Amino acid sequence: MKPRKFDLVRAETTAEALAALSEAGGEAKIFAGGQSLMAMMNLRLLDPSVLIDISQTAELSYIKEVGDKLEIGAATTQVELLSWPGLADRLPLLHQAIPHLGHFQTRNRGTICGSLAHSDPSSELPLCLATLGGEVVLKSTRGERVLSAADFQLGMMTTARTDDELIVAARYPFKKPGEGFAFTEVAQRRGDFAIVAVAAVANGNTTRLGVGGVADKPTVKSWTNLADENLDEELNALAWELKGSDDIHATARYRREMVRRLGRRVIEEANSCRS
Amino acid sequence: MPKLSQEAVQKINFTLNGDAETGLAEPRMLLSDFLRNVMGVTGCHVGCEHGVCGACTVQIDGKVQRSCLTLAVQVEGRRVDTVESLAGRENELTDLQQAFKTHHGLQCGYCTPGILMSASEYLQQNPNPTEEEVRDMLSGHLCRCTGYAGIVNAIMATAKQRQENKS
Ligand SMILES: Cc1cc2nc3c(=O)[nH]c(=O)nc-3n(C[C@@H](O)[C@H](O)[C@H](O)COP(=O)(O)OP(=O)(O)OC[C@H]3O[C@@H](n4cnc5c(N)ncnc54)[C@H](O)[C@@H]3O)c2cc1C
Ligand code: FES
Ligand code: FES
Repeated sequence: MKPRKFDLVRAETTAEALAALSEAGGEAKIFAGGQSLMAMMNLRLLDPSVLIDISQTAELSYIKEVGDKLEIGAATTQVELLSWPGLADRLPLLHQAIPHLGHFQTRNRGTICGSLAHSDPSSELPLCLATLGGEVVLKSTRGERVLSAADFQLGMMTTARTDDELIVAARYPFKKPGEGFAFTEVAQRRGDFAIVAVAAVANGNTTRLGVGGVADKPTVKSWTNLADENLDEELNALAWELKGSDDIHATARYRREMVRRLGRRVIEEANSCRS
Repeated sequence: MPKLSQEAVQKINFTLNGDAETGLAEPRMLLSDFLRNVMGVTGCHVGCEHGVCGACTVQIDGKVQRSCLTLAVQVEGRRVDTVESLAGRENELTDLQQAFKTHHGLQCGYCTPGILMSASEYLQQNPNPTEEEVRDMLSGHLCRCTGYAGIVNAIMATAKQRQENKS
């Protein structure tokens, strides 16, 4: 199907995008990569009266180091981050996860911040943000605030962003010495949304496991000095805690089993590749 | 700040398959419909209109993307290449197109233009791919006829031939 009518603002600067958002008073949607937005508009699930196109806003297209984190601007695409030369060494989790995010053809357009804004509970990038303890930078004509993943991600396709705010950037913490990372997911087909996705970070003392696709948002569990003989029990408890439900793709029971099995797999892998 | 009203028909100046072109579209017009119905470029096929099937895949400034998830007005000043750009003026097939013919990479041909555009960009970035990498790239396209084997073979054969031609 085709989208309904809308006015289109081509933001040449961040300030223009913020002014347009403020003026529209909740009636506007940001167009970043359009890979989720346009699909929803074509299906008439969304009907904004104004679209604010930031895909060509040069000021928002960048990747830069800020302290111990990598900051990625709102117009930067998934393929641009995947081609960032330091990714494999300094952000191994993203390097492993992004190839699962859609396809070559959609990563050419889809943005990092757009995926975080969309906040699908099965999405890879929100899961990595939660597991790594990253943050997002939100801006409006009223000012700027920085929210941690935990404060930003509220639930099923719901974030703490207010209608007049633009996510101007996302920040993912770099690998620290001694840490190991692993990511995997099950999906119907390569590039489809995950049925269950898991991400693990291990540093010898603490083990962190993030799970996507089961609860209504990415959920992270941390353990200190987790012994291997307790792992199955801990994962079983987590699998039940997440309260996954049946849907067209899988049963709740299947999801619990995936949390137990894939959880173990990534935790072992993260421990074995610590460096 | 440029604001386009929903009713206003915009003049879009862009490069289509190497030629400077102009067409008219209102903001809500999808690039896929613009290419087919305004510009007459019917090699851009439309399947699902929500980004899943890949039939509408074209290159914008050399990067493949879904024209059904792009607005026509967004290609102002940019370069768009569709399957029509591949074969030369004398209808000579490219090596990739010829390989699709040789290896039975198509039956009905509905998915083919999108796949050809993807594979052309992909082979530039990864001139020597493994079969698994090619299959991964193809996950962005649905083909209901071939079972994919012929498509994979055609792309692999093109890559191999290009490597041999180089050495
Ligand atoms: C075939 C296909 C397969 C896919 N598979 C996956 C997958 O496996 N995993 C996955 O995670 N995703 C998948 N996606 C979606 C992914 O490609 C999108 O890139 C992503 O969800 C949204 O990013 P975008 O830049 O395209 O955002 P858009 O579609 O432009 O926007 C999405 C939403 O976020 C809002 N928004 C965007 N940017 C901002 C911002 N900076 N500030 C405030 N609000 C903003 C928009 O208004 C809109 O509501 C798939 C898409 C397709 C078409
Ligand atoms: S028509 Fe665009 S992806 Fe199916
Ligand atoms: S050849 Fe018929 S859909 Fe691919």
